Amino acid sequence: MPRKIIKDRAIVEDSFTLVSEPGQLPANGDILVDIAILDDLQSELANRDGKVGIKVTGDVEPELLASHLDNLDLIAIEFPVFRDGRGYSLARILRDRLGYRGELRACGDVLRDQLFYMQRCGFNSFEPRDDRCIEDALNGLSDFTVTYQADALEKRPIYQRRP
Amino acid sequence: MYAYTEYDQQLLNERVAQYRNQTERFLAGKLTDEEFLALRLQNGLYVQRHAPMLRVAIPYGMLNSAQVRVLAEISRDFDKGYAHFSTRQNIQYNWPALELVPDILEKLASVQMHAIQTSGNCIRNVTTDQFAGVATDELEDPRPWCEIIRQWSTFHPEFAYLPRKFKIAVNASESDRAAIKFHDIGVEIVKDAAGQTAFDIWVGGGLGRTPIVAEKVAEALPPKYLLSYLEAVLRVYNRYGRRDNKYKARIKILVKALGVEAFREKVEAEWAHMKDSEMDLPEAEVARMQAFFPAPAYATLADNPAELVEQRAANPGFDAWVKRNCTAHKQAGYMAVTLSLKATAVAPGDVTTEELFAIADLADQYSFGEIRSTHKQNVVLADVRQDQLFELWGKLKELGFATANIGCLTDVICCPGGDFCSLANAKSIPIAEQIQRQFDDLDYLYDLGDIELNISGCMNACGHHHIGNIGILGVDKKGEEYYQVSLGGCSGRDAKVGKIIGPSFFENDIAGVITKIIDVYVEKRIEGESFLSTYERVGMDPFKERVYAA
Repeated sequence: MPRKIIKDRAIVEDSFTLVSEPGQLPANGDILVDIAILDDLQSELANRDGKVGIKVTGDVEPELLASHLDNLDLIAIEFPVFRDGRGYSLARILRDRLGYRGELRACGDVLRDQLFYMQRCGFNSFEPRDDRCIEDALNGLSDFTVTYQADALEKRPIYQRRP
Repeated sequence: MYAYTEYDQQLLNERVAQYRNQTERFLAGKLTDEEFLALRLQNGLYVQRHAPMLRVAIPYGMLNSAQVRVLAEISRDFDKGYAHFSTRQNIQYNWPALELVPDILEKLASVQMHAIQTSGNCIRNVTTDQFAGVATDELEDPRPWCEIIRQWSTFHPEFAYLPRKFKIAVNASESDRAAIKFHDIGVEIVKDAAGQTAFDIWVGGGLGRTPIVAEKVAEALPPKYLLSYLEAVLRVYNRYGRRDNKYKARIKILVKALGVEAFREKVEAEWAHMKDSEMDLPEAEVARMQAFFPAPAYATLADNPAELVEQRAANPGFDAWVKRNCTAHKQAGYMAVTLSLKATAVAPGDVTTEELFAIADLADQYSFGEIRSTHKQNVVLADVRQDQLFELWGKLKELGFATANIGCLTDVICCPGGDFCSLANAKSIPIAEQIQRQFDDLDYLYDLGDIELNISGCMNACGHHHIGNIGILGVDKKGEEYYQVSLGGCSGRDAKVGKIIGPSFFENDIAGVITKIIDVYVEKRIEGESFLSTYERVGMDPFKERVYAA
């Protein structure tokens, strides 16, 4: 059964299959490729139908991803532990600086109480941890209706948009 | 002072609801201890030796009397009748029940207060000079800039899970009462070549296990770039700060590892993408913030009115108090009064419920209803008429707040220590008391002049022992409490980390050790020389020889 994720504030089925080793490439369907094996798969990916995403960790240098962005449908940033905040900065650089507009997903140790900040940093999809209720996690996207800073969704800080 | 708009209040109300829900889910077993830990810490809630400790934010030390009354009510209704001013201008409760914290937050929110980001690996409460806006040596009022930084740092979505805590202080005065060079970021207000307000940005200062004086990374930064530059520094830290070892995770370690030049290059590369955007601060926003900090409705008065001169002549105790506890003021006829929370046998920084109510009343009566907390754990009434000082002094004496020891050896900075804190290796409050009892002769203290003595119960250095002229650090040796003494630290413009004098001392010997150190100072000093200057001239050896002499 495909796993459920949150995407664009709704619970949907994940169409992507994770590929962590070169031999695992399925014949068809959407695939999420670990960045470690992306170069090995370049030629096979070019001749294949289906969407392609890459999976990275928060410490990856965004410039390394820049040349791939046009060909990617999904970038999944893994949080090894929810306290590791590097993925937030990476997400903002991908959105704000490199102009990535595809799906940006948080995976790994993803919990309800971090989703609001993640959303503001540019994530639009989330894989909440397996042992947690995804419906409950969805509520985390609506903790606040007001914010002070500029972020990936709202370019104007509060002082450019005072009510 | 800053007054919330509906927007600010809505944010705070939503925060209370969010935290209430988080607490409920924790109590229902839906959040693990570890998951809730990060959430409660970002809300200032520690689990301590006896009970949780809740740290409430006092943004850059500013309070009004209504807020102080609510702090008093909380100490009465949710605590054991007292509260504690911390070394970062905040206030702490040592006995709240975890499940009642949402109710406390709701009460705080009713007077525009909160506990947001008072702990945890995020941007903490911004601090500044307790005499902001009234000091005679200040370039301009730093508080509007503090509020701008406060709003930018509150619930910043990118910087809630930093490698470690992050403290920002702002200074606008010649003497630097905010110790900015010992902060993760120190913002110094300067004037550029054209006489316009600008900022020098200092990064990588800090205390703890590795005390380091900050380095200057930007000079004369134009105001419109303040927030984009801070954001660039934070982003570089968030991405490259160490996360493998909590003792090496502060930004000071990153700045040291890269070197300040390489660190600056990284920040500027990041900043190049952020500046000249909608993040730039419009002049209208700065003016809007400045309008929240107008001069109060001062009366037209002259300095040193006749009655004050007579009262000082007739009452040596009052005269001494004016000299030590009252500070010169921008406005003729006024002074800033520091209430000493350092009476002997009272834990430094502690206040009772009744005392908090009394402080609120005094603020209404004598100081336009405003109160400030200081990083030295005292309380300031910043705008008192000189012709009312005598009357105020009388009331402060009754309350026990008139100990005329501000800046003296007994105006000790002291963390809660082993009596309360679960991190501490040793007690600190009884050490402060021991020293205060030993040096109970005020005339002798005045003769000694300004001496900063700081005590921490562990390496985390909440009592700022590294930057005391005399620093005392509690250490644990095989289960016994010992104390290491350092000399020569300084928190101001000539910031320095003190040097350890030698092997540590037994608890009961501390007052005797401090007495020997002071004796050496008195013998060696040249007329008018401060303790710190004498130490710098004669060096460590004479002190060392005396304290370890058989």
